[in-house]
Amino acid sequence: MKAHLCKRIIPCLDVRDGRLTKGIKFENNVDIGDPVETAKKYYEQGADEIVFYDITASHEKRGIMLEVVENVAKNIFIPFCVGGGINSVEDMRAVLLAGAEKVSVNSAAVKNPDLIRQGALAFGSQAIVVGMDVKQVEKSEKIPSGYEIVIHGGRTCCGIDAVEWAKKCEELGAGELCVNSIDADGTKEGYEINLTRMICEAVQIPVIASGGAGRPEHLAEAVTKGKASAALIASIVHYGTYTIKDLKENMKQHNIAVRE
Amino acid sequence: MIAILDYKAGNQTSVLRALEFLNIPACITDDNETVMKAQGVIFPGVGAAKQAMDRLTSQKQDSLLKELVRQKKPLLGICLGCQILLDYSEESNTKTLGIISGACKKFNENWTDGTDENNDPEKIRIPHMGWNSIEIKKESPILKNIRSGDTVYYVHSYYPEPKDENLVLATTVYGREFTAVYGRDGLWAVQFHPEKSGKTGLQILKNFSDYCHAAN
Repeated sequence: MKAHLCKRIIPCLDVRDGRLTKGIKFENNVDIGDPVETAKKYYEQGADEIVFYDITASHEKRGIMLEVVENVAKNIFIPFCVGGGINSVEDMRAVLLAGAEKVSVNSAAVKNPDLIRQGALAFGSQAIVVGMDVKQVEKSEKIPSGYEIVIHGGRTCCGIDAVEWAKKCEELGAGELCVNSIDADGTKEGYEINLTRMICEAVQIPVIASGGAGRPEHLAEAVTKGKASAALIASIVHYGTYTIKDLKENMKQHNIAVRE
Repeated sequence: MIAILDYKAGNQTSVLRALEFLNIPACITDDNETVMKAQGVIFPGVGAAKQAMDRLTSQKQDSLLKELVRQKKPLLGICLGCQILLDYSEESNTKTLGIISGACKKFNENWTDGTDENNDPEKIRIPHMGWNSIEIKKESPILKNIRSGDTVYYVHSYYPEPKDENLVLATTVYGREFTAVYGRDGLWAVQFHPEKSGKTGLQILKNFSDYCHAAN
């Protein structure tokens, strides 16, 4: 039986210094446009939500991102989330006040898990997404699932088991998890289904699958076999290979509930 | 002018931006006089019922809301605003405004929605977060140009259950069928977020504004 709640398709826009980029395996970022215009385009195409990931390196240029957030909020009327460089409750407050519904914390939460609790307390769990970068490793006593949390764009291993971390995030009050496979990211060969499913079965909160979408059927796979509530996408739509409408058509063919 | 009641409820700025986009004059205010003078009032909300009630009571905004309804000022409750117009919420066993009789109940984690690839029922995740469709039960000015099957954006763990079934205007299914929109002419409540529900949501806000204009 088809579910009633729609599975979500969420384009992710990487923003550096107020401009849109998309990195392949976190290297060779290429400027491909204006984030506000692109967000409007995806809103028109039927995106269910949008994620902006701020990869601005310098602290001084952070203000540019808040302007982007404000302009997005004035033009699109679907939920959107901002991640990247969120290190404190004050950082969260700034983007939420600028108009985002949700903030995503990643490395900062690994270093200071209490940030999740503080954020949930201040703004409600629905506003706090924890982004997890995950790498497949050999199973060990420390990493029983065989999936380890990494930070700094995949360069630093943390010695934390991904499934354990997911449960901890839920306990601390995260409203949603975005599970990004470093191994699958940029490959266009499909999401890491095994990882996605393990996390989905370990927690009650919604999980967004991330990393690896290259063909429409990959999204269907993430929400059926992977049990994810949503699929994050980037290059599959950024370069015009598919529109969000194409992706939804494909999901409909797989008897998956989507928003028309 | 539409007044968005300011009780530090979270989504008020998003509501204002949506109205601005529609060129509907609006303001966020906690000033009683401004609220009373407005053509209509939006009662927004995100967060916990108990904290919201405490704040409303301490600011005497609970009596303001009751007075608005007594004077038949058009009112639209959104999300938490929709829930606390009722008598009671299961969230921290909170006595709420009691403007419309009914209660707000928690989704049961054992309920299921759809089946997985092996045809096993899938338990619902709580909160109910994301896009879900509405089914219209009764025609109403607030649902003008809205059709059954249109989707809206939800984020909530509790759902409203007005006592009088005649007040139910639209429903959604998540584990069970629950009330998505309830009310009567000039007093409406929506459990979803019209300010984040794309064109469907904007249409509902426009419908409310149109009703306010016609009523004044």
